[in-house]
Amino acid sequence: MLGTATDHGAASAIILDDLTLGYDRHPAVHHLSGRIEPGALLAVVGPNGAGKSTLIKGLIGELKPLGGRISGALAGPGRRQVRLAYVPQKDGIDLTYPVSVFDLVAMGLWERRGLFGAFGRSDTRAVAQALALVGLSGFERRPVGTLSGGQLQRALFARVSLQDAPVILLDEPFSAIDNATVDDLMTVIGGWHREGRTVVAVLHDLALVRGHFPQTLLMARQVIGWGPTAQVLTPENLARSRAMTEAFDETAPFCEVSPEGGHAHTHDHAHDNGHDHGDAAAATGSPAGQAKTHPHA
Amino acid sequence: MLDGLFAPFVEFAFMRRALAGILALAFSGAPLGVLLMLRRMSLTGDGLSHAILPGTAIAYAVFGLSLWHMTLGGFLAGGAIMLLAGVMARTTMLKEDATLASFYLISLALGVMIVSLRGSNVDLMHFLFGSVLALDDATLLLVAGIASITLVSLALLWRPLVLDGLDPGFLRTVSRTGTPAYFGFMILLVLNLVAGFHALGTLLAVGFLVLPAVTARFWARDLSAMVLIAGIIAFSGGLAGLLLSYHASVPTGPALILALGLIFAASVLFGPVGSVLATHRAGRHRTG
Repeated sequence: MLGTATDHGAASAIILDDLTLGYDRHPAVHHLSGRIEPGALLAVVGPNGAGKSTLIKGLIGELKPLGGRISGALAGPGRRQVRLAYVPQKDGIDLTYPVSVFDLVAMGLWERRGLFGAFGRSDTRAVAQALALVGLSGFERRPVGTLSGGQLQRALFARVSLQDAPVILLDEPFSAIDNATVDDLMTVIGGWHREGRTVVAVLHDLALVRGHFPQTLLMARQVIGWGPTAQVLTPENLARSRAMTEAFDETAPFCEVSPEGGHAHTHDHAHDNGHDHGDAAAATGSPAGQAKTHPHA
Repeated sequence: MLDGLFAPFVEFAFMRRALAGILALAFSGAPLGVLLMLRRMSLTGDGLSHAILPGTAIAYAVFGLSLWHMTLGGFLAGGAIMLLAGVMARTTMLKEDATLASFYLISLALGVMIVSLRGSNVDLMHFLFGSVLALDDATLLLVAGIASITLVSLALLWRPLVLDGLDPGFLRTVSRTGTPAYFGFMILLVLNLVAGFHALGTLLAVGFLVLPAVTARFWARDLSAMVLIAGIIAFSGGLAGLLLSYHASVPTGPALILALGLIFAASVLFGPVGSVLATHRAGRHRTG
């Protein structure tokens, strides 16, 4: 069922080049540069409002960069070189829909079956195998609305497995999930890693990251640290990431990049010391600034 | 008893035509109604059904009671209001439901005004409540044609339409069909509302979409079953309403909707899925 990722040409890295992403011109991810190598198992860590989900939205092409660019494997929507599979935060799914677990998981076959392709016996088998992989055998007929949080997350992992994509993006896959489920799903992630797929996961559990993820990106709007997990998750780095405030400053001046490519900011601050653009709004408790903090869940 | 059931249709061609019209409207409206309900857009359907009124009214004022002109007018007005509400929601601070509500109230008032200036109270009643017992062959063809277009188009758009409501974030990562499918759905919705308008008028047309779908929710856990049941409910309610109207000499449109209302009430109370009875039944529970 699962081919190796290299079949799909995952040989090219995902390259972030001075990437700025945000909402309404306010940056949520600020001047981010780096490479995600093919086959990497990368954890994205940072406080709430650090821009982790925004980064994922940028990678899947849902959010256009305010500045900089994404090139390589996930270059712009029309020029993407490889397929990607994405597990959104769970509140994006409407569980009141009268569909079964089979229907939900079979969505992973979209790229093979498209708009009209009929589902054959081999597809039914593939869905059953994917469900077995995540420990949900026999759940085919269950309505999605009756699943527990952990079971739903297992089903979404089964769907990703069916997608058989070389790049897999997980946005807070383990929020409000019990330890047994996390253990099982970490085994699934380990399997994807061994198959050579690139896996990027937004996570909050630092012990889990230290235990399972060789690479970590610690961010608080801009990069605090990116590299081998042990070197990134240091007490100093974590303290710096916590110093970030979440609010946008409605009156913040525009961040200017000079034609030569260097930064010529109109406000004076050093770029490498965890600056925030939101201190004015936070200090005055500006409702506009606060309201903009989570434009998308 | 059986005679009362069949005689009206054996005896009168207008009853047979009404029944055929209702059959087409029922099974073309059922999937649209179910999708509307699942997307929490039932009231959007209501708004759109009123929005087609000024279009039909202007066509009527200029061309008289011409089927094709009124259909085209209604379709254009409904489409225009739908787009305008969507554009306003994206460019101003108002949300889509607020803009649609504003537009349809204005449309309704405007439509009633135009019809009253040009015609009689009888015409106005025809616009508001339809005349399902007066469906001529041309209207019936139109309704059947719209139903056929609807069912074929839905067969093409079904997967993206369902996915776009269930998990839009996922659909966007695998396909770009979500937005076109949604607009196709809205166009089908306006078409069906115009078809329903000829039979049930601007005030009741959406009832035939929404009531059966909402009722079917109490009878099925599975989407396909829900659509089929909604169609059966719509047709049964329509049949019951026609007979009620024939035997008791009451207005047909309201009789149809009230018959659907009775089925709805019974389902809310006694349906097998999520009804009052099903949720409060203190039955024995299973071991696992």
